[in-house]
Amino acid sequence: MNGTPKRDNYDVVVIGAGPAGLAAAATVAEAGLSTLLLDENAGAGGQVWRAITSTPVTERDRLGADYWAGANLVEAVRSSGAEIIQRATVWSLDRNLEVGVSVGGASSFVKARRAILATGALERPFPIPGWTLPGVMTAGAAQTMLKSSGLVPDGRTVIAGQGPLLWLLAAQILRLGGRIDRILDTTERRNYFAALPHAFAFATSPYFAKGLALMREVRAKVPVVTGVSELAAAGDGQLATVTYKAGSRRETIPAELLLLHQGVVPNVNLAMAAAIEHRWDDVQLCWSPVLDHDGNTSVDGIAIAGDGAGIGGAESAIVRGRIAARAAVEALAPASAAKLAPMATYRASLAKAERGRAFLDTLFRPARQFRIPSGDTIVCRCEEVTAKDILDAVAIGATGPNQLKAYRRSGMGPCQGRLCGLTVTELMAQARGKTPQEIGYYRLRAPVKPITLAELAAVPKTESDVQAVVRG
Amino acid sequence: MFKRSDQDSRRPVHIVVDGAAVAAREGDTVSAALLASGRDVRRATAVSGAPRLPYCMMGVCFDCLVTIDGVGNRQGCLVPVAEGMQIEIQKGKREIGR
Repeated sequence: MNGTPKRDNYDVVVIGAGPAGLAAAATVAEAGLSTLLLDENAGAGGQVWRAITSTPVTERDRLGADYWAGANLVEAVRSSGAEIIQRATVWSLDRNLEVGVSVGGASSFVKARRAILATGALERPFPIPGWTLPGVMTAGAAQTMLKSSGLVPDGRTVIAGQGPLLWLLAAQILRLGGRIDRILDTTERRNYFAALPHAFAFATSPYFAKGLALMREVRAKVPVVTGVSELAAAGDGQLATVTYKAGSRRETIPAELLLLHQGVVPNVNLAMAAAIEHRWDDVQLCWSPVLDHDGNTSVDGIAIAGDGAGIGGAESAIVRGRIAARAAVEALAPASAAKLAPMATYRASLAKAERGRAFLDTLFRPARQFRIPSGDTIVCRCEEVTAKDILDAVAIGATGPNQLKAYRRSGMGPCQGRLCGLTVTELMAQARGKTPQEIGYYRLRAPVKPITLAELAAVPKTESDVQAVVRG
Repeated sequence: MFKRSDQDSRRPVHIVVDGAAVAAREGDTVSAALLASGRDVRRATAVSGAPRLPYCMMGVCFDCLVTIDGVGNRQGCLVPVAEGMQIEIQKGKREIGR
């Protein structure tokens, strides 16, 4: 499970061991192709099935049936013949399909005939005043601690935001005896009307009954404030209070922990660094890769599956993983594709898994004021750049996110824009009266995760590598 | 801020945080162990020295940066604890040579 890759080339390299990556790796390996699955975490499962092989939360109803559904897929990959390396950080991928990977502080390159990116999603930035204070975390962070370490909030806890994950997390915290003092729901009232045309599809999807049951379970135990239109965290070096406005009512409540969530967005860093074309998605309000119906990107040989290809949820991710995998098998070993289910079967499953998604996207479209901050609110957490700093830079001529780096260093810290990029694009678009597509995004480059110069220098070099940089 | 579930029967792992003994559990990440310890484990940012704690716990925000066994700027949320691991809360920039 650990250690460096056994070979220097593979038929297929899959990056990320969440639902899409596990399904993709299992499918290509079962078809007989040499398969390498690289994943950054200590165990397989991605975020949705995090710690599925090691969680201390063993009473199955605590985390719910959807969580445990991942166990079969993890088992399928383990018995598929795929080589799996955990705690492997992929920091480079280029159009030659060379994958730079760091394991245990040492880097190496492997060559793939096809690469399937399954790097998933991350939580959308939630830039409110005070969101960098100790004690403010994402809902996903709390869920990660709950799944992998059985940790639950025990001080005054407020959960704020919107979306399915928020209710699932709240239910899981309560089932494990954790504390939640209040839930502040930021769903815009007008979204309920906008989502209405999609309601029938949603009502006939599995999300509907599950969602209602979760909300009922949580509402029975925690006061919920709806229509929250303003939100701020405050404290001196540590979260002390949360202030919110709902309707005409404004209230400040004491809090030790504030968990924020307003949906998830594709984790684009590796794909963008590989020069894969992305477009602004006006519905999901994020960058999504441009893909054909098999998940192939603008770069030959690289496909993207799962939430990194546009948010679709775990069920959809599994199917998209299988589709990308089957396409890879068809390309590399057409005779072996007969061992797999027909593409039409996968496409029918995908349509089923995507049922209800339009409703969720519309209902939980995050409000403008929670995406585009103002004044002294920090946008770039790493370099501590505020909304005002960025608007000031625009006023003296900064045209887009890349030029902004020269003015304010935003996006140049260790997170490489993951926590500020969407905010910067939308903030600059608003300030300059352009669309996000016109404003664009940070130009991302390898290494997409920081590695030391020493590690880079220690990578084995060929004679031609040396010749390429030696003068004379 | 956080407490351990009474379902948790994992083996204890002993780590050292700024010279003090802390009992973690097998499978904890460094960041989870620090947050569960009840100690003041706030780091200070490299830019302004502002106090921070982990934000995302999944490897993307870098607010969990910590010195582990003498190596600075490690993402504590991605590193599992190990017996005897030496943790230092990182105040400011990583120092050259560590």
